[in-house]
Amino acid sequence: MSVTRSDVEHAARLCRLEFSPDELETLRGELGRILEYVEKLRELDVTEVEPTLYGLAGSTPLREDVPGEDTLAREDALAGAPDEENGHFKVPGVL
Amino acid sequence: MKGFESVIGLEIHAQLLTRSKLFCGCGTGFGAEPNTQVCPVCLGLPGALPVLNRRAVELAVLVGEALHAHTNTSSVFARKNYFYPDLPKNYQISQFDRPLCSGGHLYVSDGGKRRRVRVTRVHLEEDAGKSVHLDDAGGRRTLVDFNRCGVPLIEIVTEPELRSPSEAHALLKALKQILEYTGASSGNMEEGGLRCDVNVSLRRVGERALGSKTEIKNLNSFRNVERALEYEIERQAGLLAGGTAVLNETLMWDAGRDRAVSMRSKEEAHDYRYFPEPDLLRLELKGDWIDDVKSRLPELPEARESRFVESLGLPPYDAAVLCGRRALADYFEEVARLTGEPKSASNWIMTEVLRTAKEGATDEFPVTAANLADLLTLVRSGRISGKMAKDVFARMAGTGETADDAVSRMGLRQVTDVREMRTIVDAVLSENPKSVADYARGKKKLFGFLMGRIMEKTAGQASPTLAESVLRERLEGVREGDANT
Repeated sequence: MSVTRSDVEHAARLCRLEFSPDELETLRGELGRILEYVEKLRELDVTEVEPTLYGLAGSTPLREDVPGEDTLAREDALAGAPDEENGHFKVPGVL
Repeated sequence: MKGFESVIGLEIHAQLLTRSKLFCGCGTGFGAEPNTQVCPVCLGLPGALPVLNRRAVELAVLVGEALHAHTNTSSVFARKNYFYPDLPKNYQISQFDRPLCSGGHLYVSDGGKRRRVRVTRVHLEEDAGKSVHLDDAGGRRTLVDFNRCGVPLIEIVTEPELRSPSEAHALLKALKQILEYTGASSGNMEEGGLRCDVNVSLRRVGERALGSKTEIKNLNSFRNVERALEYEIERQAGLLAGGTAVLNETLMWDAGRDRAVSMRSKEEAHDYRYFPEPDLLRLELKGDWIDDVKSRLPELPEARESRFVESLGLPPYDAAVLCGRRALADYFEEVARLTGEPKSASNWIMTEVLRTAKEGATDEFPVTAANLADLLTLVRSGRISGKMAKDVFARMAGTGETADDAVSRMGLRQVTDVREMRTIVDAVLSENPKSVADYARGKKKLFGFLMGRIMEKTAGQASPTLAESVLRERLEGVREGDANT
């Protein structure tokens, strides 16, 4: 299964990643080989097999609905913000 | 529109009434200062891990069961990947191909017709933060508050089988009632507790295949849902009639300008690359745990409404109004139970209570159920008349006094003693000798005039039935025993 250059560009756009033309070409080849491998796996009949979604068995743990103590002070929450205004995280306008 | 029919599906998001967020212990209170209910988990800081809130699962299952859906004993959380500043992890934890509940239905009444509408699924996901977009002297910028980020939501998806904007409205109304009855969500659209996206397409009457659909987002009131659908149906009909294809796209409703504007090309926006959330395991629920949640389902609006009609003898209209809100139905049942008179309880609530209750209040009533019941009991015992009771009610609503206190403060009592009534009637007759003489000569209409004088003399406190029987006794010489009612 071959991967086109525009497939790679589309995936890159969705991931907000930028690549040079050389990098795009390298990725095209690598992604193509991964898909070829998946094609090979598809030769097996797995219709009766439950997909393995997790490496661990069992149910996800649950917590009680009690407000905890991990809530941050606002200045700590904003410490990693690119910028702030009025107690808000400030980012370039998106509308 | 001629020759076409509309096909509508709804996607409803409701905030669950938990105390803490879906995957962390941050509080969920509405209206807190920005970014004061956030922690490493809901801010998406590296290394933070989500842990699922048990109560959120319970509430979601409760809603699923109320919608007659099947609760899956095994469901899976998935990452929905997209970039937007209100989503700090750059993915939302949601559910995809293995939701918590599948299949279900609810009944929708629109224009006198009751129809069953199927529900595709009910799943759990986390809410995003809230952004404010500014463009002023400070430049073009977006400010983000993450307090809402991570608040538990349920997403309820209906099958595309609604046929009109008003039916969509009716479905939302019915769903809001169910959410409120189960206590899962406030269902308040204006405060963002309930949000709705709609999918709509048109097809030629008689055709089976669905036409291209558009999705409209940002609908924050029942009215806007209806208006946006009307607008979009009109727009698509115009396109199709002119031979132009409808584009598969996402629109944003602009309530200010009353129109829908294109948001983004759907192709790219919907490439969410879902995959199983590796930070959580499968959610496995045991059958008896599900049964236990199910056993806590309250009586639902439809069932309650028909019980009010069939067992308590209320008119269907009254039953529908009283069951509109759970708190109101509970209030009515309490008054009915205390007085043993459902009909008079309903009459009072439908008139005095609802008129006095502040518009929009959800669980506050001007007079407590116990006090209203006492007032109705005073009326029934004859201590005060129904007319007086309205004034007493108004005073109770203002002061919060009990019925007894209000009655005595207002100096009200009904004259129900036969001897006292005879004294009053005799006084009235001696003050109006001409009327008495005219009555004796056959002007029977004067009976009413004399009754009026009695009421005037007692400032409305005479029991009308007693006054009437004593007056007749005095005028006609008829004695009706000592009945003192």
